[in-house]
Amino acid sequence: MKALSQKRRHPLAAVALLLLGLLVTGGLYAVATNVNQAQASTTNNFTASDTAEGEKLFAANCATCHGMGASGTDAGPSLVGVGAAAVDFQVGTGRMPMQMNGPQAYKKPAQFNDEQTNQLSAYVASLGAGPALPEESLLDGGGDAAKGGELFRVNCAMCHNAAAAGGALTRGKFAPALDGVSSKHIYEAMVTGPQNMPVFNDANISPDDKRDIITFLKQIETTSSPGGAELGALGPVAEGLFIWVAGLGVIIGFTIWLTSRTS
Amino acid sequence: MSAATTTAEPAFVAKTKGGQITNFVDERVGGSGILREFGRKVFPDHWSFMFGEVALYSFVILLMSGTFLTFFYDPSMAETHYTGSYIPLQNVEMSVAYSSSLNISFDIRGGLFMRQVHHWAALLFVASVAVHMLRVFFTGAFRKPREMNWVVGSTLLILAMAAGFTGYSLPDDLLSGNGLRIIDGVIKSIPVVGTFISFFLFGGEFPGTAVIGRLYVLHILLVPALILLMIVAHLFMVVVHKHTQYPGPGRNDGNVVGYPLGPVYAAKAGGFFFIVFGVIALIAGLFTINPIWNYGPYDPSPVSAGTQPDWYIGFVDGALRLMPGVIGDFHFEFVIFGFVLSLNVLLPALIPAGILFSVMFTYPWIEQWITKDKREHHVLDRPRNAPTRTAIGMAGFVWYCVMWAAAASDLIATHFHVSLNDVLYWLRALFFIGPIIAFIVTKRIALALQRKDREIALHGRETGRIVRLPHGEFIEVHAPVDEYKRYKLVGFESPEPLPAQPNENGVVDGSEKRRALLSKWFFEDRVAPATPSELEAAHGHHGDHEAIDSSADNKSISR
Amino acid sequence: MGNHSDGSPDTSGTVARAGQGEVDKFQDPGLPPHRLRLADTDPKAAKRAERQVAALFGISVVGTVVFIISYFAIDLGGDTSNATVRLQNTLLGLGTAFAMLGIGIGIVHWARALMPDHEVSELRHEIRTEEDRVAAMAIVDEIVEETGIKRRPLIRNTLLGAVALAPLPALAIFGDLGPRPDNALAHTMWAPEDGKLKRLSRDPDGTPIKASDVTIGSAFHVIPEGLNELEEGKLNEKAKAVVLLMRLDPASLNPSPGREDWAYNGIVAYSKICTHVGCPVALYEQQTHHLLCPCHQSTFDLTRECKVIFGPASRPLPQLPIAVDDEGYLVATSDFKEPVGPSYWERDMHERSNNNS
Repeated sequence: MKALSQKRRHPLAAVALLLLGLLVTGGLYAVATNVNQAQASTTNNFTASDTAEGEKLFAANCATCHGMGASGTDAGPSLVGVGAAAVDFQVGTGRMPMQMNGPQAYKKPAQFNDEQTNQLSAYVASLGAGPALPEESLLDGGGDAAKGGELFRVNCAMCHNAAAAGGALTRGKFAPALDGVSSKHIYEAMVTGPQNMPVFNDANISPDDKRDIITFLKQIETTSSPGGAELGALGPVAEGLFIWVAGLGVIIGFTIWLTSRTS
Repeated sequence: MSAATTTAEPAFVAKTKGGQITNFVDERVGGSGILREFGRKVFPDHWSFMFGEVALYSFVILLMSGTFLTFFYDPSMAETHYTGSYIPLQNVEMSVAYSSSLNISFDIRGGLFMRQVHHWAALLFVASVAVHMLRVFFTGAFRKPREMNWVVGSTLLILAMAAGFTGYSLPDDLLSGNGLRIIDGVIKSIPVVGTFISFFLFGGEFPGTAVIGRLYVLHILLVPALILLMIVAHLFMVVVHKHTQYPGPGRNDGNVVGYPLGPVYAAKAGGFFFIVFGVIALIAGLFTINPIWNYGPYDPSPVSAGTQPDWYIGFVDGALRLMPGVIGDFHFEFVIFGFVLSLNVLLPALIPAGILFSVMFTYPWIEQWITKDKREHHVLDRPRNAPTRTAIGMAGFVWYCVMWAAAASDLIATHFHVSLNDVLYWLRALFFIGPIIAFIVTKRIALALQRKDREIALHGRETGRIVRLPHGEFIEVHAPVDEYKRYKLVGFESPEPLPAQPNENGVVDGSEKRRALLSKWFFEDRVAPATPSELEAAHGHHGDHEAIDSSADNKSISR
Repeated sequence: MGNHSDGSPDTSGTVARAGQGEVDKFQDPGLPPHRLRLADTDPKAAKRAERQVAALFGISVVGTVVFIISYFAIDLGGDTSNATVRLQNTLLGLGTAFAMLGIGIGIVHWARALMPDHEVSELRHEIRTEEDRVAAMAIVDEIVEETGIKRRPLIRNTLLGAVALAPLPALAIFGDLGPRPDNALAHTMWAPEDGKLKRLSRDPDGTPIKASDVTIGSAFHVIPEGLNELEEGKLNEKAKAVVLLMRLDPASLNPSPGREDWAYNGIVAYSKICTHVGCPVALYEQQTHHLLCPCHQSTFDLTRECKVIFGPASRPLPQLPIAVDDEGYLVATSDFKEPVGPSYWERDMHERSNNNS
């Protein structure tokens, strides 16, 4: 990213950036329209006042990057057709508004309260159909944890780690740990595919299967590891580091005591 | 044990209980001779001498906990559906091996504890073997007459890694299964026979249904038997050679100073077994290791982020990660006469490990050839007093650590918020320049420490007390060291480079010339130990440090 | 001893003695005087140390009791929760740790504080004596002489030949460890059976996938139709046949000549098995269109037919040619055109024969 910011000072950089922005916008527009075709989204029951309030909030807080009417600018993609779920996820986890440009938006304390987030979602949902907010019944964690585990390992574990501890992607991007992420946000991430995460639409993983995955995640999140402290659930690297530093450290302490003379 | 032993005569009546037991044993197997030899055998005492014992005790703990695990573990790759008490895997299809590992963890009392003891002890076993070898290397304990024992020890390191690796795969979980798959990929890259070896190992195509059972036999039978055999040989040679000792007053190559085996050393060593066991038990009770229930059963389709081997195989995995498969348009995979040569896999899998192990096995003879020092050594070198050897060791260690770190490249990236690709670019550079920097820096540090020793031997230690002399000069008062401490600082050899020698025909051949060059490289930078006359001079110029330094300069430091 | 200035290593075979007997060297002052410990002079201190050792042994007993109680009082089996297992594990660990550390620290404390701590010096003996060596060599010579092996080269040579050949049967009996590889690695389950093209189905359910299900940006983990119904060798087939299915903007795909019809409407299928050493390459970044292998970080660019752009892999991932059948389901129009997974010696041969058939 440093390299990018240096090049930005080049006179042609503005032109390049403009072209890039147009490409991204166009590309995402294509994505959005395609999603629209395939997604048989239910619409949430937002009131007209939600939408109106959301529009004001959007104009004040988001339009700088995403443009008036969320049609996108050089700095941010169009949000037409991304759906309420995408807004709820991005704003609800604090990823939007973005702290700074970088390989990836970081999770941070949310800037808007639930009501405001809802209003923003309502506004963006009114611009074009997209994945809606999930129904409560899918988030209750009452599904089949074993089935969810199997689906998680096939579809999610390669990026998020088998114990949902997170993992690295290319060039500074990463898949975050899922500990402490709410059921709603997990669901929304699956249907909208934020940033570089692929989309898992309902034809790929059915809503019930998503419920199973959430059940599994909540199960492993709430139950403690039977073996004791987990060392970050990071696998053999953490274990090796521990035995070298703590294990051998304690042993060396004992050997020094053992071979020293008493006073 | 407490009573003195006596020769065995039928009419003999021992006066103490201990004597009676000794006599009983002696009359039947003749143990007196052994006891007489060992009962008061002297062992030097130093904390760095204990790592071999840590390794031995970890191995004993491994045997005990491993035996428990074999009672419940079933090395079958047959399909089954899990019915145990871990809910997130209920009714999932898996192998019997994985299912029985889960049962050990969740349904057998103390099973999880034993599994964790076994795995933590395994990590500690290999780690202590490694640290023990580093200690032996850096103190020069591998020198004559202990070269053979160094080789046996190196073999033990490889066997320990083999034991660990074969055990790692047994639970047949997703993590170890992907590990096996990587091994399969590496084996397949072997020219000519690779495909055949892969099919023979797995009993057909990967993963097949045979490999777990085969690894199990290796893990519980062949490898531990070889380790035991090597340990016996190792300890036998330790007894024959007697232990080395650090230099110091009263210690020389003709004696061994320390505590007698009975009672002090035996008590310390025996007590230490319980301490090692206690530490492992504490770790196993409080810290999860290898949470196989997180990984799920092996299935060729999924994989988890952060798939890594246990630490001792890490450096090979790291080397695999460091190697670029394509540079520009140059591919490291070749097709020669219609056959495939995958250098992008073969080179990193074989070359670094090959170099490390072959240098490790032959180092005693390499050094002997360079220095022409074929004497017996029983007094160790302090690492600073053999700067070049210490630097070589650190260069190798850093090289190893770079590969080791590469195996954790993804975790370094996520935990320090840097780009995964940048981590690997840096490590690729360090792979080449890291050892060189380490060599130079270590050698300089060793020489600096030697100079510091010289300073202290000649001028005493700094007290931090500043005194103003009558004519206004400020000096720091130095307290002289006593002769015992001083001897520790000066009682070492500092050989000079050995020029090329003519052979029996009076000719200096090429190999001898090369040896002389290496000898120059090995001994060129040296700090000579302080001598009594220098000390005399130092006392003569008390307080005038500069003068002494310049007079000692040409003697102490060449170059 | 350390004086090499005349260049002659006159020291071979002798024992090194650092600085002994040299003119300008510090002489060894001998062992430092023995310093008494508190417990040696003060009976109270000795008594205190004794009590400490006993207390440590007492702690060990407590540890053993903790272990036994936690073993019998906490029962596993049925539907025990993780918390129960964890509690028992922790208590067993603490019990053992206290039991062992109590004994260990107690004994060592006893040895350090109360047992005599005089350092003693023992002389080293020569590992071998000259007399033994001469005798041993004589014995060896005698033995060799009595066998007459030097005088009877026929016996010696035939014996050498026999011994050299004898291990061959041992090698041979390992010949059945596995079948010959032949061309098992060249094919996967995707090859059409009896002219019927295999449908792409979801991993792990095995339900078929419609082209319309695959929206832009999504990634499906795919197994061939019928895999789950295999009686045996399921994992072996799965290890070769797993595929990742993704949909991109068709304009961003740049198919090379001959591969134009391998994708359907921007939907592409690539083998999930890394061409490096075989880990599943399953990390799809939907914006950059990169595929990343989590094991060794090989990165493949989907927009350039999975060309390697980073990491240790050298070959692109094999592409599975796909199309849509009458009912709208995705099918593989043929097997992979090359062997999947890591390279092996015969790989190129297999690729050529696959393309010829």
